[in-house]
Amino acid sequence: MTNANQQAVALYSNDFLREVEERVEEGEWVKMCMQCGVCAGSCPLGNAWQHTPQKLFMMIRAGKREEVLTSDSMWMCTSCYNCIVRCPRKLPITHIMHGLANYAHRLNLAPKGQPTREVARLFWNSLAKTGRVNELKFSLAMYFKDGIVQGIKNAMAMQSIGLALVMTKRLNPMELFGGHKCKDPGSLHKMIAKAREIEDRKKGFTS
Amino acid sequence: MAEMKTAAYICSGCELGNRLDVAQLSKIAQKEGKMALVREHAFLCNEEGVQMIRDDIEKEAVTHICIAACSRRSKTEAFHFPTVAISRANLREGVIWGIAEGEQHDEVRQEMAGDYVRMGCAEVKKMTLPLGNPNHAHNKRLLVVGGGMSGMTSALEAAEAGYDIVIVEKEAQLGGWAAKLWKRVPFKQPFAEPQDTGLAELAGKVSSHPRISVYLSSTIAETSGAPGRFSVQVKGAAGITTEEVGGIVQATGFTTYDINKLPELGGGKSANVIDQAGMEALARTANGAAIKRADGKEVKSVVFVQCAGQRDESGTHLPYCSGHCCATSVKQAMYFKDANPQVDTVVMYTDLRLPGMGEDFYRSAQQKGVIFTKGKVSTVAASGDGCEVKFRDLILDEDTALNADLVVLATGQVPTAGVNLEAWNPIVTAAEGGSAEAKQQRVEMQKTSVLNLNYRQGPDMPQLKNGFNDSHFICFPYETRRTGIYAAGPVRRPMDMLQATEDATGAALKAIQTVENASLGRAAHPRSGDLSYPIVRLEGCTQCKRCTVECPFGAIDEDERRFPQFNESRCRRCGTCMGACPVRVISFENYSVDTVGNQIKSIDMPDEFSEKPRILILACENDAYPALDMAGLQHHVYSAFVRAIPVRCMGSVNTIWITDALNSGYDGVMTMGCKHGDNYQCHFVKGSELANYRLSKIEDNLKQMGLEKERVISHEVAITDSARVAELINDYVAKIQEIGMSPMKGFN
Repeated sequence: MTNANQQAVALYSNDFLREVEERVEEGEWVKMCMQCGVCAGSCPLGNAWQHTPQKLFMMIRAGKREEVLTSDSMWMCTSCYNCIVRCPRKLPITHIMHGLANYAHRLNLAPKGQPTREVARLFWNSLAKTGRVNELKFSLAMYFKDGIVQGIKNAMAMQSIGLALVMTKRLNPMELFGGHKCKDPGSLHKMIAKAREIEDRKKGFTS
Repeated sequence: MAEMKTAAYICSGCELGNRLDVAQLSKIAQKEGKMALVREHAFLCNEEGVQMIRDDIEKEAVTHICIAACSRRSKTEAFHFPTVAISRANLREGVIWGIAEGEQHDEVRQEMAGDYVRMGCAEVKKMTLPLGNPNHAHNKRLLVVGGGMSGMTSALEAAEAGYDIVIVEKEAQLGGWAAKLWKRVPFKQPFAEPQDTGLAELAGKVSSHPRISVYLSSTIAETSGAPGRFSVQVKGAAGITTEEVGGIVQATGFTTYDINKLPELGGGKSANVIDQAGMEALARTANGAAIKRADGKEVKSVVFVQCAGQRDESGTHLPYCSGHCCATSVKQAMYFKDANPQVDTVVMYTDLRLPGMGEDFYRSAQQKGVIFTKGKVSTVAASGDGCEVKFRDLILDEDTALNADLVVLATGQVPTAGVNLEAWNPIVTAAEGGSAEAKQQRVEMQKTSVLNLNYRQGPDMPQLKNGFNDSHFICFPYETRRTGIYAAGPVRRPMDMLQATEDATGAALKAIQTVENASLGRAAHPRSGDLSYPIVRLEGCTQCKRCTVECPFGAIDEDERRFPQFNESRCRRCGTCMGACPVRVISFENYSVDTVGNQIKSIDMPDEFSEKPRILILACENDAYPALDMAGLQHHVYSAFVRAIPVRCMGSVNTIWITDALNSGYDGVMTMGCKHGDNYQCHFVKGSELANYRLSKIEDNLKQMGLEKERVISHEVAITDSARVAELINDYVAKIQEIGMSPMKGFN
């Protein structure tokens, strides 16, 4: 169990709903769900989810902390916004899904190797480092996320597209070495650190 | 009474003149109808036409008129002549609008119009001008039984409208259930917080109102009489007082369903399982501070179990939803959250229903952190210091459990409606037969009576469903089946406090209407204002009791010689007694066995070889006859071989009409009444059901007459069935043509 998770458990004992309300983006809306099931019926990927938004909300109220935070369901959201449009209680369901995913990631309870989580992590790391997403490094990191052998196979499979991108000057091979960045990445790092600090303070993270 | 002078007026407006030979109709009225005066007019309902009739009434001393124009349901204001008897021949909706156009149909159309003129003339000659019930009384005081929210509201509303009120309350103080509540569900913007009941203020107003007198700790020992002249024996600590009143509002409310009947939910087994009434008591004790259980422990967690012993399909508990309990539990959960937001409050429901503005209240509870769990509770049992609630989570689809310090069961409302007459009647019959056991049962049952009516049909009002005093939940709210007695509040149907106050106001207005009508000798709903009343020729009565038993409104008692005793003010003028009477001694001035019988016999019956069948339609004037009119209005063309006669209710149809019709050569008889049975639509509640029973016996008569059973057919027709009635008619005419013409023609 990570530090952050231990702290959260200690802080909220069994009141997972309150934890969600205070720490998850838009989490204060969860109590307003009236269990009509319109979100579950509207989700284009609803069949692929283990838990629909309706169920996730019910699980939160029932205090099923572990099950909710380790679920991969909220990672499946494609942000189509059907649920938000249709919710009769006007819950920002899409945002709550992202909020839950983010919180589960923060506590390091989110499923390991979950593809959406991996893409998001690589994207963020690339962006936060230089202020620019290094497409070449990002793509390569994606290819090799499942190991060297799989990475080479992926790269070979995408070879012709990669070469075509280089030929048409859409992809600069020199980006592999450093790559371009924003004017002052140092300040960006400070900004991000400050934002994180504010967020931690607001949500009661102590680490 | 002045000598009868008849007149017929034939209108040629609304295309009648173009489609019909009006001159020939005039001749029929004169020669066959034997009308003393016959006049034609091109626009009878305009000022000039109406003035013509008025002049005849004044100058020619006309007493009976037949207006051959549009349906009796049209132009009622223009053709309102209160000093003469009136019949209407329906030539517009009934003939030219409903019958096929074109020259090839001219002959049958004209024959139909001619018959309607004959029928109108025949009918009016058998009518007399209704003059109002001579046995009417003028008492306009109202008795309100029950001094709870509904009763006090009823009393206050009627008192403010200028009527004197007597309240009889069995408890020592006013207030009923409302007095036992800590707060009530909000009924004002923003519908977010429990509100003060406002009861003290209301009780104060009632107690100090100059028009209201209150009997506390009192019950009703006997009620007798009729609207305008009820005599009520009020039994109090000081003995019996007699109160004379004109109308009665029964607002006797409800009791809660006995929690001890729910042992599986911990009812009666654990002190920490209480019902909503018990919860209100705890909240009143706490008085806004943290709520404590009976054993003094502060409640930290509470579960509300909805639909406890309600909406039960197994037949053991209440089958219905009491309507208020969801909002009440939401309110009670707020009691906890408002005193201490840290208390865990869970409302366990299968379907949460908060009607009206309750949705705002529900949201407010969610904002306060009340948890709503969709689950079906299987058991509640004592566990440790509190209770364990086992339930199936219906969203997560799993069996699980919750622990709570306190469990509140949302049990339902059981009406305080008095004696169930359906159980009462067989016991009375057995008691009269000499059974000692039944006599004892009868005494026990009488003790539960609220009104103690001395009516032939039993001591309380008939119950519609599940013990509630009502006559129709949708069409006729507040109406009961005892004229002049109105049910208000949860005794009528399950409801919350806001609905009960609206209900009470409605019932008060109904009671006012009925005492006003009674004082003028007029009928109450649904023939409100009708001046005719049942007249019985006792010399011919055989004391068969069918009228006293079948009257849907218990209007007829029996006198000491066992003859029927009509209480005209209790009568709704449906004529069910007239339909029931085997010796035909009951009639109304303008509606009798003769007025209809004469119409049936008056038509020009074609012979057997004409291939023109004649079919009699007896149509209920409430739904079926308007449907026929609308069929005409919407041009749903039907056969010109039918002759329709409106009747007050199918219950008023005397089978003599049917046998007479068949004897005089009609080829078939169709009856069109309202739906009967569980979801009945009969305006007189039991009329169509009784008619249906009587008609089920008509086959024997047909057999005796040597006729096919298809010659009489019954249909249930709703007011919206305009297209369907045309189809029914056409199908039946085809069927009759297939069977062949009646062999009974030509004997009369």
